[in-house]
Amino acid sequence: MKAFLILEDGTVFTGTSIGSTRDMISEIVFNTSMTGYLEVLTDPSYAGQAVVMTYPLIGNYGITPDMESKKAWPDGYIVRELSRMPSNFRCEGSIQDFLKEQDIPGIAGIDTRALTKILREKGTMNGMITTNENYDLEEILPKLKSYVVGDVVSKVTCDKKYVLEGSGPKVALMDFGAKNNIAKSLNQRGCEVTVYPAFTSAEEIIESNPDGIMLSNGPGDPSTCVSIIEEIKKLYHTDIPIFAICLGHQLMALANGGKTYKLKYGHRGGNHPVKDLSNNRVYISSQNHGYAVDASTIDPEIAEAAFVNVNDGTNEGMAYKGKNIFTVQFHPEACPGPQDSGYLFDRFMDMMKGAR
Amino acid sequence: MPRNKDIKKVLVIGSGPIVIGQAAEFDYAGTQACRSLKEEGLEVVLLNSNPATIMTDKDIADRVYIEPLTVEVVEQLILKEKPDSVLPTLGGQAALNLAMELEENGFLKRNNVRLIGTTSETIKKAEDRLEFKTTMEKIGEPCAASLVVETVEDGIRFAEEIGFPVVLRPAYTLGGSGGGIAHDRTQLVEILENGLRLSRVGQVLVERCIAGWKEIEYEVMRDSNGNCITVCNMENIDPVGVHTGDSIVVAPSQTLGDKEYQMLRTSALNIISELNITGGCNVQYALHPETFEYCVIEVNPRVSRSSALASKATGYPIAKVAAKIALGYTLDEIKNAVTKKTYASFEPMLDYCVVKIPRLPFDKFISAKRTLTTQMKATGEVMSICDNFEGALMKAIRSLEQHVDSLLSYDFSHLSREDLLEELAVVDDQRIWKIAEAIRRGISYDQIHEITKIDKWFIDKIAILVEMEQSLKACAPKVAAGNVGLDKELLKEAKRLEFPDNVIARLTGLDERKVHDLRHEYGITASYKMVDTCAAEFAAETPYYYSVFGSENEVAETSGKKKVLVLGSGPIRIGQGIEFDFCSVHCTWAFAKEGYETIIVNNNPETVSTDFDIADKLYFEPLTPEDVESIVDLEKPDGAVVQFGGQTAIKLTESLMKMGVPILGTSAENVDAAEDRELFDEILEKCGIPRPTGGTVFTAEEAKEVANRLGYPVLVRPSYVLGGQGMQIAINDHDIDEFIGIINRIAQDHPILVDKYLQGKEIEVDAVCDGEDILIPGIMEHIERAGIHSGDSISVYPAQSISEKTKRTIEDYTKKLAQSLHVIGLINIQFIVCGEDVYVIEVNPRSSRTVPYISKVTGIPIVPLATKVIIGSKIKDLGYTPGLQPEADYFAVKMPVFSFEKIRGADISLGPEMKSTGECLGIAKTFDEALYKAFLGAGIKLPKYKNMIMTVRDEDKEEAVEIGRRFEKIGYRIFATKGTAEALKAGGVKANAVNKIEQESPNLMDLILGHKIDLVIDTPPQGADRSRDGFVIRRNAIETGVNVLTAIDTAEALITSLENTDIKKLALIDIATI
Repeated sequence: MKAFLILEDGTVFTGTSIGSTRDMISEIVFNTSMTGYLEVLTDPSYAGQAVVMTYPLIGNYGITPDMESKKAWPDGYIVRELSRMPSNFRCEGSIQDFLKEQDIPGIAGIDTRALTKILREKGTMNGMITTNENYDLEEILPKLKSYVVGDVVSKVTCDKKYVLEGSGPKVALMDFGAKNNIAKSLNQRGCEVTVYPAFTSAEEIIESNPDGIMLSNGPGDPSTCVSIIEEIKKLYHTDIPIFAICLGHQLMALANGGKTYKLKYGHRGGNHPVKDLSNNRVYISSQNHGYAVDASTIDPEIAEAAFVNVNDGTNEGMAYKGKNIFTVQFHPEACPGPQDSGYLFDRFMDMMKGAR
Repeated sequence: MPRNKDIKKVLVIGSGPIVIGQAAEFDYAGTQACRSLKEEGLEVVLLNSNPATIMTDKDIADRVYIEPLTVEVVEQLILKEKPDSVLPTLGGQAALNLAMELEENGFLKRNNVRLIGTTSETIKKAEDRLEFKTTMEKIGEPCAASLVVETVEDGIRFAEEIGFPVVLRPAYTLGGSGGGIAHDRTQLVEILENGLRLSRVGQVLVERCIAGWKEIEYEVMRDSNGNCITVCNMENIDPVGVHTGDSIVVAPSQTLGDKEYQMLRTSALNIISELNITGGCNVQYALHPETFEYCVIEVNPRVSRSSALASKATGYPIAKVAAKIALGYTLDEIKNAVTKKTYASFEPMLDYCVVKIPRLPFDKFISAKRTLTTQMKATGEVMSICDNFEGALMKAIRSLEQHVDSLLSYDFSHLSREDLLEELAVVDDQRIWKIAEAIRRGISYDQIHEITKIDKWFIDKIAILVEMEQSLKACAPKVAAGNVGLDKELLKEAKRLEFPDNVIARLTGLDERKVHDLRHEYGITASYKMVDTCAAEFAAETPYYYSVFGSENEVAETSGKKKVLVLGSGPIRIGQGIEFDFCSVHCTWAFAKEGYETIIVNNNPETVSTDFDIADKLYFEPLTPEDVESIVDLEKPDGAVVQFGGQTAIKLTESLMKMGVPILGTSAENVDAAEDRELFDEILEKCGIPRPTGGTVFTAEEAKEVANRLGYPVLVRPSYVLGGQGMQIAINDHDIDEFIGIINRIAQDHPILVDKYLQGKEIEVDAVCDGEDILIPGIMEHIERAGIHSGDSISVYPAQSISEKTKRTIEDYTKKLAQSLHVIGLINIQFIVCGEDVYVIEVNPRSSRTVPYISKVTGIPIVPLATKVIIGSKIKDLGYTPGLQPEADYFAVKMPVFSFEKIRGADISLGPEMKSTGECLGIAKTFDEALYKAFLGAGIKLPKYKNMIMTVRDEDKEEAVEIGRRFEKIGYRIFATKGTAEALKAGGVKANAVNKIEQESPNLMDLILGHKIDLVIDTPPQGADRSRDGFVIRRNAIETGVNVLTAIDTAEALITSLENTDIKKLALIDIATI
């Protein structure tokens, strides 16, 4: 069946329908990872967005037991070509079936490079995937322009708290849309991880007397998470060590008077170089964010930049002064992507030990 | 970290002559590195024995030494030039080994010279088998279990411990001879006994067999601050068991999930960090196809063939970055030269798929085994880029220049199902064609996978191509009934999968032109995408393109300058080597200097011409008429140059003219005139130039008639070939039958030439002609008499044994021929001189193999001169007096280099068909020293044990006595077969008669396997009927590392070089000051 991708600027790509055939409107973003399409699909940070994969051959190894959450989150999926024959020893099914089961509308067979170039030049924009051959641009374009992502954290966070048993330090993980591997990375280091819904009060967390608090990644515009930011302010004022990733990093900055802004087309992929300013070492990181912290808006007495993106100089992490708090914009938990910055979990472990 | 200011003068060591396993990729890496060093204001001293390279140009380095790559030479060079640093990681294993020797013997330390790029500890840790194993164990990286054994009993014990099958690799044998896979105890004993006997040190490595696992490679970079990145990973379609150089390779990996990908990536970073490498490194893995288990196969602590491939596949200039790292820069300080915005500290992301196919030399070595093993056999490779795997595979296939254009090109339809299944188990260069046939027969993916161990994902991709063949075939009845028969959607899909028009035409029964027109009618044309390192995330400035169908075109606006299309020479193969890349690159630079916009089309990832900053635009595409036409349609060049790209480019002349592209330089009709026997004879007659008599034939019957008229021996060869492919000397009717049979096995559209064979001096000339005047930089003379291919002969400049009068005759003939053929640009002529008589045997109105050599030894840059002439300059205006230039006051010897030890079953005796893979140069004030250096450069470092074997044909016996006497005089003990020994004794030379192989021990074979023989001189009789005996002697000698000479003239040259030269007293010559 034919499918159409219609962009806010009026560009139309014609391809083949994959997954669900229902219409969808969303923000279109691109990801440059060459492997890890399943991890991308199941990363809750993609809630409220439709993802374009720049690598043209997707689905080669099918669906493996590597989901980063319980379901697929993107509103839509855009690829050049889906493999008809998945091949891998852990393959449990095809991506075609997966998209259908998960009810994700998508389009294949389009020039994803041309699409990526449009997004790069004009910035992230909204778009629609439809299988209706008689679509009416005049009717659709205003709808696309008015679409806003809105509150997505509440959609992706867990319903109630749960615990990953461990004999080491107790970590309270705030789930703003956490990828599984964050909890897993801590659990593998021996931590007992309690995962809390995003809207848990600071008091409840403090009362549980954790050795450390982990603020997770998550979707959407950080500045709209007003109530969460209020709770984080309270957490900041405790002496509990805090490590934050991605949305968590942005929220901590906002809680301390910093500002965030929307990047033109974001960072999504597994090849972004980040420099640790403490030793000038460069690590290749996994990234998925559309917003960034403006480090200059935070009082240097409170925090200073700890990591910077080598490509465009944007902030990639903050170190909070006089506090056991550090936050990063990228994803040390990888999945998908390079595991180079996994050492940050060790740093957090040391911090918790030191604070005890 | 900023650059280390203590580094001011660097010695860069190249990789020497092109041999199998060490080819043009090191010219690419070396050239890029030298340019990168000069960019930093450093003084660069270059040492490489290979004159055909671009890196040995005086534009590339400040001081250029084309000298043998031996420890003695490097030591003398360091004492002479006093560099403060040596960069050894860009010249392959050859350079690395030299650096290690200098470090170990303390020379570098004594002379305060440091190794940059990597330390000797690092090299040792990576290269020494035991140290490597220990290091890997320390960081928990698994290697395949292995043990070096010296007895069969130890071998059995270890094999039983680790379990069968096991791989056996004898130490210090070449070409993997004596090795193999043993599946049980009986096989083990058999192989091991033989292997221990073949090994010079009596050692065999017994290793756990991981054949059938996936083979994956990672290219990694690391700087002195410890920052690491992977440039890309690659997956071999052929599982472990085939050398990666002989495998079809895809980048990035296709069948690895993120878990496997990151697991191996992390491992690669751990390894490069533990080895403390600063620069580039390649790590090869075997990955179990059904678990996460893996083994590290090998680590190369240097730039390699794989890194050249990775550079071209991603756009990331590994050699350039490695050179900057060697100077102390860190990755985040080095700009990404492709985007010019980001830095070298990132990982390239591909939004396309790359396929590499090796170019194997079985068309040259018909008797050789086609099977592929862990010993590399490929001479070169092609690469293609597309947005789908099927398309990339199809493009790579037609880039091979092997008369293949699709998965139908090798026909296995005659095989029974059983035979086909058996054939599938044979790992050779035709395996993907066999898989295609298996799919056509309905053999299941499971069964194919079971036999080949190739991942089903790849099998399915081949199936998609087979299904398209069938869909196209299904159109044939409609076409036959007079309908168009081919609908738009099907054609679109066929083109997306990169089916060429001629294949579509063949399958559907449509005319090729009709397919072409239909495409244009439907609007199905190629568009071009950019290789930008970042999957379009950042705007890139590098115009490096590949074609796809069904996408938007993104080729940048052109400059408005005049545009010239330079056609490259495709994969490196015997007969068409790196020399033509040298010519293409220099031509491109010369056009750029004249204000042209330059466009290169080529498909060889190993070369300098496909580096992204050589031309204004690079199209990485197959060199077929259709692929070139698509580029022409888009670029509309003002002209095309075909005379620098060897036969590959020449073959495109006619098609280019049909497209309306003017051919710059010598016109197509005149190229034809040189190849067309009758036209050419007319020209010769008009000029009064003699040639050996001969005739043009199509069949064996006609050939025999001509041969008998001329009288045997005769030379038989196809027209329109390079490298003497299919050329043979026939001494009787039987030979003719056999040779014509061989020639006709390869598709043959052109006639066959039969000429009287003249045994005289062979002379070669390259000249520039502007239509009126000519410029001959120098006359080259071959040491071997006519009958041995010019590419396989030792060539001497200036010519030694011909008279002044003959030289004038040659000059005169060259001028007349160039004028009559209206040559504008380069011409290459080969003559035979008998006494004072000069005969023309071959004329090529294009650049030749000897162009880089003669340019360098005379200091006359004939490619740029020819390019200027092509644009309209006259020789007189370029500062040269027309005619033969004055002779230099030193001697230069070009020596062919062979890779026979790598090709099992190949006959090594020389003849009119070219067999060498590369060349090296000897240059000196005396002829003997130049010759000595040339032999040394080719790896013939004598004497060692002062024992030699002679077995010569009857015609050579007289000369053999003289040669034997001279070898005896310098202390050689001569062993000879009965006839030769008798002749030697009769001439007063002491000779020990030995039994032939089939006779009882001790015989020749025992001598050779005693590992105490320096040299075998074995001149086989002419004609097709060559004895099996001689063949076995030559093969065994080569495989145990003994030097073998098969022409009496070569033997004479060798003894001449040995008589008066001392390795310690060589005078080194800086080519840049010539």
